[in-house]
Amino acid sequence: MISADIQTVLPEIIIALYAMGALIAAVYTSKDEVAPLLTWLTGGLFVVVAGWIGYNGAGVNVAFDGAYVDDGFGRFAKVVILLSAAAVLVMSQDYMSRRGLLRFEYPLLVALAVVGMMVMVSAGDLMSLYMGLELQSLSLYVVASLRRDSVKSTEAGLKYFVLGALSSGLLLYGASLTYGFAGTTLFSGIVAAVEGGASIGLLFGLVFLITGFAFKVSAAPFHMWTPDVYEGSPTPVTAFFATAPKVAAMGLFARVAFDAFGSVTGEWQQIVAFLSVLSMFVGAIAAIGQTNIKRLMAYSSIAHMGFALMGLAAGSAFGVQAMLIYMAIYVTMNIGTFAFILGMEKDGVPVTTIASLKMYSKREPLRALAMLILLFSLAGVPPMVGFFGKFYVLRAAYDAGLTWLAVAGVIASVIGAFYYLRIVYFMYFGEETEALDGKISPVLWVSLMATAAVMVVGVVNLFGIEPLAAAAAATLVN
Amino acid sequence: MENLLSITTFIPLLAAAILAVFLRGDDGQARTNAKWVAMLATLATFLVSLFILFGFDPADTGFQFVEERTWLAGLTYKMGVDGISVLFVMLTTFLMPLVIWSAWDVKVRVKEYMIAFLILETLMLGVFMALDLVLFYLFFEAGLIPMFLIIGIWGGKDRIYAAFKFFLYTFLGSVLMLVAMVGMFADAGTTDIPTLLTHEFAFADMTVLGIHIVGGMQTLLWIAFFASFAVKMPMWPVHTWLPDAHVQAPTAGSVVLAAILLKMGGYGFLRFSLPMFPVGSAVMGDLVLWMSAIAIVYTSLVALVQEDMKKLIAYSSVAHMGYVTMGIFAVNQQGIDGAIFQMLSHGFISGALFLCVGVIYDRMHTREIDAYGGLVNRMPAYALIFMFFTMANVGLPGTSGFVGEFLTLMGIFKVNTWIALVAASGVILSAGYALWLYRRVVMGDLIKESLKSITDMTRREKMIFAPLVAMTLLLGVMPTLVTDLIGPSVGALIAHVHASTPAEFLSAAADTVTH
Repeated sequence: MISADIQTVLPEIIIALYAMGALIAAVYTSKDEVAPLLTWLTGGLFVVVAGWIGYNGAGVNVAFDGAYVDDGFGRFAKVVILLSAAAVLVMSQDYMSRRGLLRFEYPLLVALAVVGMMVMVSAGDLMSLYMGLELQSLSLYVVASLRRDSVKSTEAGLKYFVLGALSSGLLLYGASLTYGFAGTTLFSGIVAAVEGGASIGLLFGLVFLITGFAFKVSAAPFHMWTPDVYEGSPTPVTAFFATAPKVAAMGLFARVAFDAFGSVTGEWQQIVAFLSVLSMFVGAIAAIGQTNIKRLMAYSSIAHMGFALMGLAAGSAFGVQAMLIYMAIYVTMNIGTFAFILGMEKDGVPVTTIASLKMYSKREPLRALAMLILLFSLAGVPPMVGFFGKFYVLRAAYDAGLTWLAVAGVIASVIGAFYYLRIVYFMYFGEETEALDGKISPVLWVSLMATAAVMVVGVVNLFGIEPLAAAAAATLVN
Repeated sequence: MENLLSITTFIPLLAAAILAVFLRGDDGQARTNAKWVAMLATLATFLVSLFILFGFDPADTGFQFVEERTWLAGLTYKMGVDGISVLFVMLTTFLMPLVIWSAWDVKVRVKEYMIAFLILETLMLGVFMALDLVLFYLFFEAGLIPMFLIIGIWGGKDRIYAAFKFFLYTFLGSVLMLVAMVGMFADAGTTDIPTLLTHEFAFADMTVLGIHIVGGMQTLLWIAFFASFAVKMPMWPVHTWLPDAHVQAPTAGSVVLAAILLKMGGYGFLRFSLPMFPVGSAVMGDLVLWMSAIAIVYTSLVALVQEDMKKLIAYSSVAHMGYVTMGIFAVNQQGIDGAIFQMLSHGFISGALFLCVGVIYDRMHTREIDAYGGLVNRMPAYALIFMFFTMANVGLPGTSGFVGEFLTLMGIFKVNTWIALVAASGVILSAGYALWLYRRVVMGDLIKESLKSITDMTRREKMIFAPLVAMTLLLGVMPTLVTDLIGPSVGALIAHVHASTPAEFLSAAADTVTH
């Protein structure tokens, strides 16, 4: 029934139509002048759609003969994606306006990327998977090089494009192998084909698919693009890269791992565990030497992806639940941290060196305190919420018999704590230096304070996301 | 009162929140207000905690004042005290007002200083009251944050190195404990400490990475917990963070560190390692005993050659903590009674000694022993107080220091005469370094020009010491005040450990137990 199918994908259709309609409207009217309005409008639309999906979604709805699956897992990921994208969008408006970067295409490209992400986490077929992934990636390539006259920004865009294309190629190769040996692109067909042991061709396909995903989540050893792209892109774009696309890629990863290859958990578990341990250590060790806070956040996100992959490596419903909780917490922390980074300016020019934060606490005690809380949360020190994210994935890994992975994880987190502490050291213990600008836009201030408060208050019950994540995981793994 | 423990724990945090939100500005008035709020909050906490002490029934060896609420991830928010923990709670609430008072002259960022100490008090109380594994871990680990800031912001010249070393050292120790906790959760299906105390963890021998492990899972879990508590304690050879942290920390920070934070390690051994992994303790017990004996002799010798007063006292702390671990792993009534007693007494004595250093540091801004000499001529009151606590540190009968050392040595003597012999030599060595320190700083003629105008202790300083002197004497003369309170719980603990250690793991330690 085509109408029922359309009913199921209505959220995506609405955002896509909105993006295209707004694009045409803006081209024929005042172009960049409406960009701030569009930014807020897009953000508002995201929040509305997130609320709609969150409150109205129920059960498992399959559309287009299984190519699209709307289930609890997809909805959880979509709500996180939409809300984080909305937060990053409204945070970036002031920053980009003042630098003349706010073209009307920006919010609309983000909207299209978000549509891609929503399709990714709901994919039930290799075709829809690839479609969603490419829609997301193509939008992001453009957004990365938004600052056209900056060498670094264009370099970031190009690098992202070339490596992204390479990873898409690998993924496509894996998909074709999988199709060739399973005889279908439907996940439900693949899972039937691998029942009782996957053939060597399917395993090859699986490995290439995983390689492609590892690129997208920037897991080591496929992380090389991350620091350069993070550093070169305009900071709001970096903030966007660090949040929603990561959730979408992890969601997609989990989707394929369980929906298509759920019956041969043992085949991919080792690979994911390997990616996880490598990411945690690369992220922790390489970040130590960084002087640029955006590069540092890039390595930090690599390390965090390692922890999220630890949940996936467990290969259990609890592991997926842990991964979802971890991603939700990770996204919240990153929104707060980037709200802080977006506010780092001197005479109106953005500053990203860590050393410029020397004795920040003396001039801006409240903002320094909020950042302190976020940093300890990123490091996973209790009682901040970041600790609970780590606790969940460690438990999942231990329950799955991956004790070595859990031990490696906690050791990596100690190494990682060092560089977060280094920022604290600059803010609180260093000598005075030339002051950064004291002003910060209200949106950034609110984002920073709200996320910091969430990190502390969340210790009470994590705002009730635990049962939601558990229900979401249960629909994926059964 | 139903929520007595929670109220006690969170009064300081509430005061910290009030300070953070409502106190503005950094002028003299704001500083005074910050200090008074902190003072009143810590005093209120102490008064409320007295209800715990007087309402406590020593004959009941279970947990008392228990409160329980569900929390997330299958965890519970559960608090309670028993004979082992109740006095640590009292030690904390008793010392904190004195700590705040000792920081009365701090000039830099007073508000933040007070907030850090208030938060720290909440976290320390939480550690001693938590009856849920992860809740315990949360309080245990969170305490690193305020202490890191206290050392890093208000510390001495090399404070940054010390702060990082302190944080990373203890963090590494405790994350391994976290993995072990996850393992216990998986094995027992609960993080409830009273339940875990009766749960028997597997102890069949196993092989990990080709290494044969006697005692199996229990030994592994024991080692993971040991990594955390041994660093916290600190035991030789993982004690090296302590001298750095002590030397660089501000006086009040040193006092808290020595008097309370170190006790978390000993408390951890008593609450987790010994009763939950009796087989692991039996397998590894001898190692701990020898490590303790080495710690006592080695760090005493190291203390002898120190030129910095705080460093000397820090090493003396490590030596005294050696008696504690020795007493705990002797696993008999005298040993564990003595260990708890020693921890309480060390809380008063080492706290007082660091305050003594603080008194002259505030005047001369140096901790070099060579910079002093002949202080008795200008500071008679100081000389008296310092002598009192030096003697208490040495273990003079009549002071609490004697009781702790005597009981632990008696406990260990029943188990292993050789270790007792080695450890007893520490008594002589401690007399050596402590008295020599006193001679060099206080006695002799006042020759140094810079010291000619030094003034004696102010009334505030004297009043800070008064309660500490009183407690040291009181416990020294009437040790039964403590042993009667902790005795039944300790007895139950020992009975439990012996009952749950299979015969093949019973070493000489258990054979010689007498009650």
